[in-house]
Amino acid sequence: MLKRHWRVILYPIGMIPALWLVWQGQHGALGADPVNVFERSLGLWAFRFLLACLALAPLKRFAGINLLRYRRLTGLLTFFYASLHLLAYVGLDHGFDWGVLWTDITHRLFIILGMVALVLLIPLALTSNAFSMRLMKRRWKFLHRLIYPVAVLAGIHFFLSFKTLNDVSAPYLAGLAVLLLCRVLPRRRR
Amino acid sequence: MALFHYPRPQPSEITPKEMYLSRRALIGGVSALGALATTANAASLETHPGPYSGNLTPTPHEDVTHYNNFYEFGMDKADPAAHSQGFHPLPWTLEITGLVRKPVRLDVEQLLRSAALEERIYRMRCVEAWSMVIPWDGIPLASLLKDADPDPRATHVAFESVLRPSEMPGQNGGLSGIQWPYVEGLRLDEAMNPLTLLALGIYGETLPNQNGAPIRLVVPWKYGFKGIKSIQRIRLLDHEPPTTWNRLASDEYGFYANVNPQVDHPRWSQATERVIGAHSLFGAARQPTLMFNGYGEQVADLYRGMDLRKNF
Repeated sequence: MLKRHWRVILYPIGMIPALWLVWQGQHGALGADPVNVFERSLGLWAFRFLLACLALAPLKRFAGINLLRYRRLTGLLTFFYASLHLLAYVGLDHGFDWGVLWTDITHRLFIILGMVALVLLIPLALTSNAFSMRLMKRRWKFLHRLIYPVAVLAGIHFFLSFKTLNDVSAPYLAGLAVLLLCRVLPRRRR
Repeated sequence: MALFHYPRPQPSEITPKEMYLSRRALIGGVSALGALATTANAASLETHPGPYSGNLTPTPHEDVTHYNNFYEFGMDKADPAAHSQGFHPLPWTLEITGLVRKPVRLDVEQLLRSAALEERIYRMRCVEAWSMVIPWDGIPLASLLKDADPDPRATHVAFESVLRPSEMPGQNGGLSGIQWPYVEGLRLDEAMNPLTLLALGIYGETLPNQNGAPIRLVVPWKYGFKGIKSIQRIRLLDHEPPTTWNRLASDEYGFYANVNPQVDHPRWSQATERVIGAHSLFGAARQPTLMFNGYGEQVADLYRGMDLRKNF
């Protein structure tokens, strides 16, 4: 049992960055604008896990390294960080000011793209278990292709979160572009 | 009702002359020491309290000098402090040219010793929805413009920052798409408003490199990006000059850039602002943003009859 399920310890390990950010936040180590740094860092971690998740299939296909068993881990951590990112924006940044939030959600493309990406992740997170896979059979695979529109939406949201393109965002965006392009490369027939 | 008041000191509160003269002697001694240490980033200034300072608590010195935007030194808020130490702010000449009868070339080292230096404690509202309170030391722009004797045809003032890629790493290529040098502009009446300041110091000391040494603009009722740093040239014109952020994204950053809680940035609300200096994740509350950043009493007349939604 222990031997078969040792990988569950990777979930708490994946949450260490979040705990570290909270600890830093409480100890004044996030700098002069801690809420902003906290909120953006959570979003960045969500994006990192999303890229990791998307990298697993090409890694197998082009490098022969099979880490596909970590798709659920990286996918669920993406959802975990995206949810905390939303919570930080709603609660910490805007203090649950529903008036401001409603205007944001209805008027600002930047916010709408991020919101839609997170909403699309919900069914993926809910069905990330063997039971759902068995129950849904081929439809499960179809449903989980939602990760591609999520990646596109999150990529645009990430790009818009900076005032201009820059050295920090460009490598991530280039990475996302490469990973998405991998999907449209024709499969070789043997 | 006025949104913003500044204190008028009681006669009894004013420091007796002999006392402040002795203080000045002490400060003078210290600044002479500072002048010897040529690598020092800050030397103390002889300054006196000016008007419009209001009842404001300044943001800690550490935050004012280590959390700001100065893209010439990098795009992160910590970059200006980290990457500006190789910048040489002195000697420096500031030119006032264009539609003036008496073009001026100002030696900034002389300005730093000017008796006209005064302290102005102003609110600073960044377009990114955060704010600080900064005790500036400087000279009203109007007094320097008057010395240059503007031609009656002049309607606008253009400002140009320094272009020095060897000392400003952010000016070497990069992905931002910003054209260097940084340029800004004001209408002439905005430039002549008594609130508009050319700052040479903060907290009673010369400006640190990261805050725009040796001389920068402060326009407290406008978003912070209007406050162009390390200014080399001021030109009076008969038309509106281009401005850096407007050139980059005209739908997001207007020429006027007046602080206005009712006109949102396309990507975020401007109704409230995060107050810098709390340092605790759960203790940092937002505060409402004030029209013209609270300086409406002094500047609202400049925009009478204008549609501020269109002229944002």
